[in-house]
Amino acid sequence: MSKSTVSTAQQNYLNRLRAHRFIVWFLRVAILAGFLLLWEYTAAKDIIDSFIFCCPSRIAKCFLEMTKDGSIFLHIGVTLYETVISFALVTLVGILAAVLLWCSRKCSEVLDPYLVVLNSLPKSALAPLLIVWLGANRATIIVAGMSVAIFGSILSLYTSFTTVDEEKIKLIYTLRGGRFHALTKVVLPSSIPAIISNMKVNIGLCLVGVIIGEFLAARSGLGYLIIYSSQVFKMDWLLMSIVLLCIMAMGLYALIGGLEKLYLKKYSANYVNE
Amino acid sequence: MESILEFNHINYAYHTLEGETKALSDITFSVANGEFVAIVGPSGCGKSTLLSLICGLIVPESGWIHLNGKPLNDNPTSIGYMLQHDHLFEWRTVYHNVLLGLEIQHKLSNKTRQKAKKLLESYGLGAFADSRPSQLSGGMRQRAALVRTLVLDPDILLLDEPFSALDYQTRLTVGDDIGQILRNEKKTAILVTHDLSEAVSLADRVFVLTKRPATLKTCVPVTFNLTADTPMNRRNAPEFKHYFNLLWKELNHDE
Repeated sequence: MSKSTVSTAQQNYLNRLRAHRFIVWFLRVAILAGFLLLWEYTAAKDIIDSFIFCCPSRIAKCFLEMTKDGSIFLHIGVTLYETVISFALVTLVGILAAVLLWCSRKCSEVLDPYLVVLNSLPKSALAPLLIVWLGANRATIIVAGMSVAIFGSILSLYTSFTTVDEEKIKLIYTLRGGRFHALTKVVLPSSIPAIISNMKVNIGLCLVGVIIGEFLAARSGLGYLIIYSSQVFKMDWLLMSIVLLCIMAMGLYALIGGLEKLYLKKYSANYVNE
Repeated sequence: MESILEFNHINYAYHTLEGETKALSDITFSVANGEFVAIVGPSGCGKSTLLSLICGLIVPESGWIHLNGKPLNDNPTSIGYMLQHDHLFEWRTVYHNVLLGLEIQHKLSNKTRQKAKKLLESYGLGAFADSRPSQLSGGMRQRAALVRTLVLDPDILLLDEPFSALDYQTRLTVGDDIGQILRNEKKTAILVTHDLSEAVSLADRVFVLTKRPATLKTCVPVTFNLTADTPMNRRNAPEFKHYFNLLWKELNHDE
C-alpha cells in the first residue's frame, strides 16, 4: 500500500503508537543512565562509601583490565559452557522423561509424588552432597545446574502433553494409528510452544544452578569469581561479575526468544485466525 | 444386496466410579454395500458410541459386529471416520494434513500423493494445498477433512455429526456437497446426526434410536421420486415434509 492511501486518522494512530514506543525506550535508557550517574556521583563525593559500594567507572576499568589479560574470557567461557551443557541435558532429559510418563499412566501416577517432592526441594541443599559424591569438579557443577530445572521441567512438559485435545488423539486412532503415532504426529508437534516456553524458564534456572555449583566447587567461572572477590573484598570484581551474569542471562534468554520467533514465523498462520 | 456391516445383539455400557451407564441395548441391524444410512436419536443416547464400536475404538460387552462377513479384529475392510470437528493440524499444510492417514498406514507413494492432490483439486482445494488450515473457511476445512478420509479409499465411511460445528448456511452447502460426493463415489456411509432434515436429505434409510439405553426403535426407508436425487432437490420435494414429520413423531413419542 502506498503512503497516500493512509488516512489522517490512521496516520494519527501510527504517530501516537510511535510516540508511545519512543517514550518507553527513552525511560528505560534514562533509568539506567540516571542510576549509573547517581552512583558514580555519590561515590565520587564520598556520600556513599566507595570501598563497599564501588562505582561504575571502577567496574568498567576492572573489566577492561581483565579483558587485556584475557582472564575474564576464561571465567565467562567456563560459566557459559557449563550453563549450556546443563541446559541441553535438562531439555533432552526433560522431554524424554515426560514422554515416558505420557506413555505409561501407571508410571506417571507412581512417580508423581516423588517428582513433586524433588521439585519443591531447595536444590542448593543438594550441592554439598553432589560435591561429596561427584567431587569438586565440572561434573558436579553441571549436575547442580540440571538439578534446579529438571524436575519442574518434567512436570510442566508432562502436563502440557496430557492436555493435548483427546479428540485429536482419537483422530489418529480412527486413522488406524497407535500410541506411537499419537505421540509423534499430535502430542509432540502440538507441544512445541510449551517446550519452547519451558526452555525459556530452564535457561535461567540452569544459570542459577551453575552459579550455586561454582560457589562451592570451582576454580574458575563467574560464580567462583563472585565468591573469591567477596572473600578478598574486591568489590569491583564482584559487581562486574554480577553485571556480566545479567548480560549473559539476557543473551541466553534472547537466543531462545529468537528460536520462538523463528517457530512462530514458520507457522504464523496459527496466530492470524482463531 | 450384499451387506457390508452387521450388528448382532450389541450391548455396551460405560463404567465410571459413580457406576455403570448402559449406552446401547440389544442393537441389531445390517447395512448394505453402497447404502447411505443415517442414525438419529435424542442427544446423548449413544449414537457416537455406535460408530466407535464399528471403528473398533471400543469393544462391545456382548454381541458381535461383522464387516464384510468377518469379525472386526484383523479385518482388511478399510474404515473412514469423520469426526465432529475437522481437527486439521495447524503445524501442517492442508496438503500434509491430507497425507496424515497415508503416513500412519505407511501407504505414502507417488501414486497416493498424486491421488491426494487430485482429490484436493476436485473438491476445490487445489489452490489451498500449501495453506495453513486456519486460512481456510469452515466448509473448506471440513472438505479437507473429507479428503483426508477419502484418500485412504475406505470401504465404509462413518460420519459423526461432521457438519454440526458449521454455521447454518455453510452446513447446508457442505452437507449437500459431501452427500453428493459420497453418492458419486458410491461409498457406504453411516451418518450420525441430530438434524432430521439432514438425515432425510442424505440417507437411503434412517434408523431411529430411543433414549438411553438406546435401542433401535424403527428404521425408515427414504425414497424420493426424483430424476436427479440430490440433497437440494430432496429438500424441495413434497415427500420431504412427510418423512420429516414421520421421524419427528418417532423421536418424540416414547412409549
